[in-house]
Parts: sequence; structure tokens; C-alpha cells
Amino acid sequence: MPDLIAKSALEGRSLALGGVTLAEVDPGPITSIALYPGGTKTAAKGLRTLGLAMPGPNSFIEKKGARIVWTGREQAFLIGVAPPAIEGAALTDQSDGWAVLALSGVAAVEVLARLVPVDLRLAACPVGTALRTQVNHMNAVILRTGDYGFEILVFRSMARTAWHEIENAMHMVQARAGTKI
Amino acid sequence: MRVDGKGLIDRTKPVRFCFDGRDYAGYKGDTLASALLANDVRLVGRSFKYHRPRGVLTAGSEEPNALVEVVGPSNQTPNVRATVQEVFEGLVAQSQNRLGSLRFDLLAVNDYLSPFLSAGFYYKTFMWPRAFWEGLYEPLIRRAAGLGSLSGRHDEGVYEKAFAFCDVLVIGSGPAGLMAALTAGRAGADVILCEESHALGGRLLSDGGTIGGLPAGDWVAQVVAELEALPNVRIMVRTTVTGAYDHGTYGALERVGLHKPARPNLPRECFWRIVAKHAVLASGALERPVAFENNDRPGIMMASAVRTYLNRYGVVPGRRVTLFANTDQARGVARDLMAAGVTVAAIVDPRPDASSVEDCPVHVGAEVVGSRGRLGLSGIQVRKGSEIIEIETDCLAMSGGWNPTLHLTCHMNGRPRWSEELAAFVPMEGAVPGLVAVGAANGSFSTHGALVTGHAAALKAVEALGRKVSVAVPEAEDMPYRIKALWAVEGTGRAWLDFANDVTTKDVKLAAQEGFRSVEHMKRYTTQGMAPDQGKNSNVAALAVLADATGRGIPETGTTTFRPPYVPVSIAAMGAGGRAEGFAPQRFLTSDQASRDRGAPMIEAGLWYRPSYFPKPGETTWREACDREVRMVRETVGIADVSTLGKIDIQGRDAGRFLDFVYTNTFSTLPVGRVRYGLMLREDGHVLDDGTSARLGENHYLMTTTTAAAGLVMRHLDFVHQAFCADWQVRFISVTEAWAQFAVAGPKARELVLSFLETPVELPFMGVAPVRIGGVDGRLFRISFSGEEGYEIAVPTRYGEALFRDLVARAETMGGGPYGMEALNVLRIEKGFITHAEIHGRVTAHDIGMEKMVSAKKDCIGKAAATRPGMWGPEREQLVGLKTHAPISAGAHLFVPGTEVHRETDQGYVTSVCWSPTVGAWLGLAFLKDGRARHGEKIRLVDHLRGLDVICEVCDPVFHDPEGEKLRA
Repeated sequence: MPDLIAKSALEGRSLALGGVTLAEVDPGPITSIALYPGGTKTAAKGLRTLGLAMPGPNSFIEKKGARIVWTGREQAFLIGVAPPAIEGAALTDQSDGWAVLALSGVAAVEVLARLVPVDLRLAACPVGTALRTQVNHMNAVILRTGDYGFEILVFRSMARTAWHEIENAMHMVQARAGTKI
Repeated sequence: MRVDGKGLIDRTKPVRFCFDGRDYAGYKGDTLASALLANDVRLVGRSFKYHRPRGVLTAGSEEPNALVEVVGPSNQTPNVRATVQEVFEGLVAQSQNRLGSLRFDLLAVNDYLSPFLSAGFYYKTFMWPRAFWEGLYEPLIRRAAGLGSLSGRHDEGVYEKAFAFCDVLVIGSGPAGLMAALTAGRAGADVILCEESHALGGRLLSDGGTIGGLPAGDWVAQVVAELEALPNVRIMVRTTVTGAYDHGTYGALERVGLHKPARPNLPRECFWRIVAKHAVLASGALERPVAFENNDRPGIMMASAVRTYLNRYGVVPGRRVTLFANTDQARGVARDLMAAGVTVAAIVDPRPDASSVEDCPVHVGAEVVGSRGRLGLSGIQVRKGSEIIEIETDCLAMSGGWNPTLHLTCHMNGRPRWSEELAAFVPMEGAVPGLVAVGAANGSFSTHGALVTGHAAALKAVEALGRKVSVAVPEAEDMPYRIKALWAVEGTGRAWLDFANDVTTKDVKLAAQEGFRSVEHMKRYTTQGMAPDQGKNSNVAALAVLADATGRGIPETGTTTFRPPYVPVSIAAMGAGGRAEGFAPQRFLTSDQASRDRGAPMIEAGLWYRPSYFPKPGETTWREACDREVRMVRETVGIADVSTLGKIDIQGRDAGRFLDFVYTNTFSTLPVGRVRYGLMLREDGHVLDDGTSARLGENHYLMTTTTAAAGLVMRHLDFVHQAFCADWQVRFISVTEAWAQFAVAGPKARELVLSFLETPVELPFMGVAPVRIGGVDGRLFRISFSGEEGYEIAVPTRYGEALFRDLVARAETMGGGPYGMEALNVLRIEKGFITHAEIHGRVTAHDIGMEKMVSAKKDCIGKAAATRPGMWGPEREQLVGLKTHAPISAGAHLFVPGTEVHRETDQGYVTSVCWSPTVGAWLGLAFLKDGRARHGEKIRLVDHLRGLDVICEVCDPVFHDPEGEKLRA
């Protein structure tokens, strides 16, 4: 019988540069919840057992380590807990499809400004924002988890590219910080 | 020459740099131009066409003459404006566009040939003999023309691109820009202030004066200190806003590291995309030259530039300066020079009513009509009435007035408006939504005018943002702008308009004479305004000369407008990070490391990296490895990573109905636990993709797509769902990334699979079942792309690497092993299975012999179009197999033996080929006219590119196990 060892995309790598930290994190289970037509009410009932509800566009809700993230029209990702029984929605396991990178630090916004074409100023992108956008050429889901913190979901197969590009941006931001006009 | 006590350079920080192989000294804060002038280097370049000696003309990014090459460790950057490049320790620059040395440029012979090199000369001169153009004339012209040169190597410097957002973008930091930024900043708006130079202040740093009772420099320092302290204000120096685009988006180029020695990770440049709710254009104005005979000698400069070099850099470009100007403002240049102890030989003012009261000789109603000095100015001739006065001078400061820097207002098709009073074009209001031009950029040339309009525009933006602020506008100079337009001085010699492209007033007149009377035609005929400065110095004067030559006024003549970018932008900055591997994301399989460990060369398929083959000791070519891997699969068992295939999880009561709609064949009748091959058409009836779909549950399917079309199919499903059946009970999502999937193929595949399942399952061909492997839930499919008994085993991606290593180890104990893309391709050609080499977008189900898969019992996407005449029938090229004993190639074309080989006799083309170790022959898949009726015929395969000419046998595309007995075993 084979002994299958689980490996994450980046094997839990982390990096600190110029006050910004990048780390692969284990988000726990990720389940896509896609409402069927007319499924809003019954699905809401299922989510209520976790104290959660379907999030509005561009936002996520967090309760006791469980997050529900808007990922599209009538679609959300439940992250961090096994899904409860939910009627009126298609549930699909996405746990292994994504690599999750946490980026934090005062200059985290500056780093992402090199890669993400979205206004990340706190007023425009407050904590609790979920964005479906791009990290350079890659599709991504970006969560504003703190004033200085983000979590970035990218396709697992592209994790190394995502890491490389964010690391590059961190290097450049750090190199700039060390220079005077 | 450096002047004591003047300038904003840091004299405590000397800097050494190199120009044309000689070392020079400058100071921190110098530009290359100011440092060279301080070292009395006047000759810095050669002109584009005539290779005339040229010196620094301006002190800004509009510089047409002083273009140099900057040589760095990783780059050689041509056409760098010496007026923009700051000096730093170790800077190496060289002059360009010369043959031989700068002083003795052999191509200066062009200047003597100038009568033959007028506008349009190459259209006329190089017509005969025609064949000489490509071989002789063009290379010669290319050698002689052109500016800087490239290193020929990749630019491996670090570049950056970035995004920024703000409420108010202020472009330029002269009095208008500073006032606007201060007003919006104090109101609490998010402000970005962009300044092209390295210091804020604009012309206040050059012209001095007082603001609110303070010396201008002190006022600037005070405002800058306040702006720096405001958290909502972001100051971006060395940043040129280069373009205005839709929805308040602006492009900007920041010179991040170009002013210092290269250091790791510090970008050279950053290309910004700035999105602003409001923008204030405070870009000032550009002084314009006057065209007179030989007005292009080193030492002839813009008056404002002379003032900038004196007051900002502590440099005077000559010992005896003359001023030739037609405004009162320009007199300040002479006064500043005299105050600094520099001799001003004379002021020449073409206005007869101008004041002649200065501390130096003043000639009013006079014009400069000529100059002398081969490599640098030594004297000028001035005409006053009928009298010609000779003046000894080594620097002539000229000014023909000012043109507002309104370029950005033209970027969205706005045309500027002619102002008779200013003898200049001014921006059209509202030309760029959300952008307001202020100060000199809008024709308010006094400091007072700049402050007031900058304040007003910011106030308006602030109010629109729902904020309030009260800022007092300080008092400042409010001199009226009195100008008498002077574009070109009457004369017979060549008088330059466009210094960069060597366009003279004669060329413009010639264009008019030859019928190019429209300003757009004149521009293209003479190349005026098409050099790196894009006509910043010459546009208005050139069209004024054209207006004169055609007997029209300037407003009737109109103007060419400006397109982005305002200054040259390096492609490296715009495409930062996109070179080489940065071009696209790389996708890696879980088996990637295990494959590389075995020495497998990886090839890119889509964005994925897949093993090409797995070499064994003693194998010297890929073919040996490939042949072995094919035999291995046919005889024992092979393992291949097939995770790259697209997987789409489809659920809902209408899932089967949905699949029936997108596939040509029926899936709603597929039993749970079974898999079916499906064909998908585009709306236009051509094949979109093929693959298998498995029914995992009553309302649950898993669709497989080809690797290349995974994204395409997902998009297609989304479109079909949203456009045609949004109310159906069906939902789908990609799970490509969530599962690692491996093919286990060969006569020993079943034995291998059963060896690692927790509970053995017996699957029929085209069956699927949930399985457990080492405590992990997976899925087992019995499908085959090789023609052998085949399984595909899927586990959550995190277990992929472990399972692959385990499967390969097990296979090896059975005489098998891993196989790569090459063997996979041979196996499928032997079996006649198609890939996107065959379903390339122009073939129908009929062409590939699958018309029976288009169900007659139901409708599907593409069905109606697929039944149109022309989409099926004997006139179409149909899929066939080819067999022969000589090497053949994909891309070759097919002809009937004995007929001529040309386009009209073309019978079809080859899509895939391989050497088949199983059949012992070269095999091909091809599309041949009426091919299915021609099995057994001989056909001639011709590939002109590879020099192949081979007779092949046309046959059924399935070469291996045509009855499928092995699959079902």
C-alpha cells in the first residue's frame, strides 16, 4: 500500500524583506458554493449553522476561523472549515486547487501595487474586501485581511511564478526604500 | 564655466564622470549637460541628417541636440537627453550618430551635399535603378541616418511597473502645480504630485523672483516641506506624466535609478499607471527657437536654458553672451547674467517699440541674421534696418516666445486653439475629461497667473470631492506678456526649425511648393516633428512658416497634435518583468521534480512544463528514448502525468441536459459510473474540443478537456450557460488544479493498479469508480489515450508527487516506467487519436469522420451550422492515415503523383507524424480531399521547407488495434 505524503505547492516557504513578510499558508478546506436558481434561502439556512451568510460582491465574512469569500455571481468559497450540509447549491472541493500566500507589513500595499491593477488604498479596499483580480498575468483572489495584511489565492500550479513575482516586487520596494532622492 | 555662489548643486559632493572617453568633474545635482557646459564642452553631438556639430539647446526633456548614449554594466541606452540625465560617480556617456570622432565626423560630408539632401530627397534620388534600393541605397541611408546604437544584447536591467490611485493628480511643480497640490493637499484629498526634474519648483528655481514677500526659492522650500509632511500627498520626482488615457488614467515614467550607479534590485525606471479622479495640468511652457541662418551652432541656446544653467547649476555657457528675444520676460536672462558678473555683449530685440534701457548695448528693431564658428559659436551678424552689425559672442541666448506645454490635452483627440494675443496655441477646455490646464500650460505666463489658476483648479476639484479648504494665494509678479511673433528671420541660407531631424525653413517652403500644403502632409514630407523630441521645439514655428508660404493664417493652417508619450518611454519599462520567463506564468506539475530528477527535458505545452522523454544510460537521441517508451507501454506498463488536462466539475438537476446541449452526443443517458467520449462544436459548426466526461452521480459529472483548450472550453461553457440557459439547475467550476491525475497504460496496467488500491475494483472499459489509496480518496477511470488497456488515477493534488513516485517505482519492478510527451504522441498517432494538431479550428465533425457522433435526436451548439452545405461532403479534406518508409513531416502538403506541385493541385496537408516502432514505418495523420474514399491510393507528400518529397500510402487513421480489443481486454 503506498504511503502518500501530502505536499503544499511551496512547502510552507516564507520570506521577510524590508518589513514585509510573504508566506505560504495552509487555509484548510476550500469549498466552492454555487447557488442554484432559487437556492438562496435554503443555502442560507445551511450556512447559518456556521454563523455565516453568502457575502456581498467584493467582500468576505469571517467567523471563528471560518471565512466565506465572494468569488463571483452567486458563488462563494467557504474556507477553513469542512462544509456543512447545504441545500440549493453545488458544493465542489477546491482545497487542492489553490496556493494561498499571506503578505503583510506596512509596505505590503506598495508591493502589491507593482502587480495588482486595483486601488488598494484602505479607503477603497477596507479590511473584509475580496477581489477577483490579477497578480501580474495570473488570475487571483485577494483578501484584505488587515490594514497591512493580504491573503492571495492563485492557481496551485502557478504558485512558483506568483512567489517569484511577489518576491521580485518586495526586492524592488526594499531597494527603493534604501535610496534617498 | 562654473560661476561662484550660484546654483542649487551640492558643491560639497564632487562627482567624476566620463564623456567620449575623457574624465570630467561635476557636482551632485548637475545634469550631464550642465556638467559638460561647466567644463566648457560645447560640442556634444552631430545632427541627424547633415551631421552638423551640435551643442546643448535646452535644459529640459525637450532637448533635440544633446542626445547621448549612456553605457552601463547591463545596458547601452541610446538617445538619452544629456539635459535630463543626472551625473553620478562613474557615469559613462558617449556621443552618437558620428563616423569617426565627434570633432571630425566623416559623415559631415552630408552637410556639403545638402543641396541634394532636401526634404523628400530619397523619394526622388534613389528611384533608379530600382534594384539598387534594397541592396545599396537603403543600407547606406540607414548607416548614415539614425541616432544612437544598441548593444545588441538583452536588456537585463531591472525595470518596474506599478499602479497608483489618487483624488487629484498634479502634473508639474512650478508655481501653478505647487499651489494646486497645496490646496488639494490641505483639503485632505489624496494627491499625487509628479515632477519631471529631480527637484520641485519648476521655473521658480531658474527665474527667482518673490512670492508672498519671500524669495521664490524659500517659498518653494516652505511649500515642499508642508507637502512632505502631509500623509495624503505623495510626491513623485523624476516622474514624467507621458499620456492621458480613458477614465482618468495617466501613464507616467519614473527614473528610479538612472541617476545613480546600478545596484541590485533597484529599478532603472518604473512605468506607472495612475488613475485620478481629477487632474491639474501644470506642465508650464516650452520656449521656442527662432529660425535664422546657421542658428544651430553649439553655443546658440534657448534664453530660458541659459538662465536655468546659471541659476540652477551655477554654469554659464559662454563668456560673452548675447540675447536675441522678443519678450520683456527674456530680459531677465541678461540681467541675471550681468548680476553674476558675466559680460552681455548685446541684447537684440526685434520689437521696434521695446525698451532699450539695460546695462548693456541694446539693439531694438533688430534681428540676428547669421552666425559663425565651426564647432562652436564665435560671432553673430545682426541686421538693424539696412545696417549689419558684427558681434563677437560665444553664447547666444534666443527666445521666440513660449508655447504652452499642452501635449496631454491632445491625447484624447483634443485640438488646441490659437491665441493671437499670445502668438501660441492654448489647450481646448475639457479636451481630457477631468483634466484642467493651469498656469503657463494654459497661457497664464506670469507667476501670479500661475498661482491663481493652480489654486482655482484645485479648489474646484476639492469641492467636487465634497471637501472644503481655504488657502490664501500669495502675491507675486504679474507682468503682462508682450510679444511680437517672430518665427523666421528673412535670409537666404539654411535656417533650422527642427534641430533633431534637420528640417529647415527651406524644406517647409519646398513642401508647400510641391503641393504638400496641409500641415499633416508637410510634417510627413519633411519629417518635421518626427524626431525624439516630437516637434516640441519646432511644431508651431514650422506651421507658421508653412502658413506664410501658403498665404494663410495660422488658425486656418491648423496644427498637428500630439500623441502619447510626451517623452520617449523605454519598452523595457512598459513591459517590466515581461522579458524571457516573465512573459507568462509557468505552470508546474506535481511530478515536475521527479521528472527532472530522471533527466527528462521539459517542454512547454500551453503554460505547463511537461517531460519530453525520460533518457536512459546509453541512449544518445530522443528517438531512442521515445521508441523504448512506446514499446514499454505496448509490452508492459507506462506511467504519464496527465494532470494538465482540463477538468470541469458539473453539478445540478440539469447537468446532463447541459452536456447534451454542449456536446454533439448524448450524456444524459450515460449511466452513473461510466465515462463517454464527447465532441464539442463551436457555434459555427467547427470542432471546438474533444474529451471524456464521467458521470460521478445522478446530478454530478466530471468533464475532461484537452490541455490546450481547458480555458477556452470553460469560457465556452460560461457563455452558453449565461446566454442560453441561465435558469437551468446547473453549476460548474474548474477542478483542473485540484486533482493530480496519472495515466497507467499497457498490458500490465491492471496488475499495477490493483497492487495499490485499498479495495480492488474491476472496472469495465469506460468505467469510473471512487477508490482509496493509502488512506486517500481518489478516482479511478478506465480510459485510454494509448490504445492499450489504460487507467487514469486521480488524487488530490497535494498527494500527486508521492503517488507519481510510487507508481513509477511499481512500474519499474514490472519492466515498465514513465513515458513522456514524445511517446504519448506516438502512441496516440498509432491509434489514430486526434489532438489540437488535427482539430485546429477549421475542421468539422465530418472531416474527422465523427459525423455520426452528432446526435440526430437532439439539438446542440453548432449542429445547425455543421449541416450547411460546404461543411461536409467529398469536396472537403478528410482525416486519413499515411504510411511510408521515409521520414515525413507535419506541415507538408499532398499531391497526386504525376501532377504538378503548386497551389491549385494541392490535395491536402499533414498534421501529425511519427516513426512508429510498433508498425515499423513512418505514420502520419493528414487531411486529404475526399480522403476516406481514397484509402489504398498512393499520394505524394511534398515539404519545400524541409526538402521532402515522399510517396505515401493513404490508409485508415487507426494503425494499431483497429478493433479496440486491447482497450476492452
